[in-house]
Amino acid sequence: MMSPMAVPIADYVGLSAVIFFIGVAGVIVRRNPLIMLMSIELMFNAANLLFIAFSRAWLHNAGHIFAFLVITVAAAEAAIGLAIVVTVFRTSRHVDVDDIALMKG
Amino acid sequence: MAAFWILGITLIGSAIWCITNTKPVYSVVALLLNFAALAAMYLTLNAEFLAVIQMIVYSGAILILFLFVIALLSSGVTPFSVGPNKLPRIGIPAVVVLLIALGFLTYAVNRVTANAFANTSPTSPVGPVGTAGVFGSVADFGKALFTTYLLPFEITALVLMVAVIGVILLAGDQAPYVASQKQAEEVRREMREAILRGGE
Repeated sequence: MMSPMAVPIADYVGLSAVIFFIGVAGVIVRRNPLIMLMSIELMFNAANLLFIAFSRAWLHNAGHIFAFLVITVAAAEAAIGLAIVVTVFRTSRHVDVDDIALMKG
Repeated sequence: MAAFWILGITLIGSAIWCITNTKPVYSVVALLLNFAALAAMYLTLNAEFLAVIQMIVYSGAILILFLFVIALLSSGVTPFSVGPNKLPRIGIPAVVVLLIALGFLTYAVNRVTANAFANTSPTSPVGPVGTAGVFGSVADFGKALFTTYLLPFEITALVLMVAVIGVILLAGDQAPYVASQKQAEEVRREMREAILRGGE
């Protein structure tokens, strides 16, 4: 019953790792909070790609469910992150994460 | 096979485009391309329902949220520091992260063998994408979500409720973190004027 995958699973692992670390590089290098949030979305998507690729490899739909949950968490994270950006902009008028030191002791 | 490489190159290229743009709006466009390519890749992996969800939730909801915030913040005032790229200052950590990434990548690719999944039995019948009731279809996904994985699904509702309450607390009209009511009024007036000016 097992239908083989056209592409070996290792290729999906490699692609997902590349996308994930592009996201990591985005969070490390960029200081614009919006771009940082987008990089976090990239990392979520890399994880989702692996969930779905392995779900296909095992032909088990638990991976689909978890990818669905990850999408939900990503949506919640984006909403809260953007709300924080808007709040910080309201109080300090510029959005650069290096200049935000309100919580610094 | 060809689809994988075309979509993979699109994914990597648009991801790099997204994080290297100086203008956030272009980053959103790059991210849209990335999400669309990813949805197509989900289709090649027999995950048709998740491909649709990817387009609706990511491209339809999250990216529009980003666009709204960009439009709200960058109208009239210039909140984004264009400035020099901070890459040289963090050069050494970036190289270390890259090396760790390459290590993980090599390890992972070497660990996974092609025939590791030969003797698994599928949870549902396998068929071409679009056939009713096959692996990855809406019926298959929904059945799993509302029977075996009902508890995680309910916890999702809790996560979303926390997000809604958090956003209302943070950015609502009675946000407690605005320094003073006068300052908030001033910011609102400036935003309104900027919107009336049509942004710039």
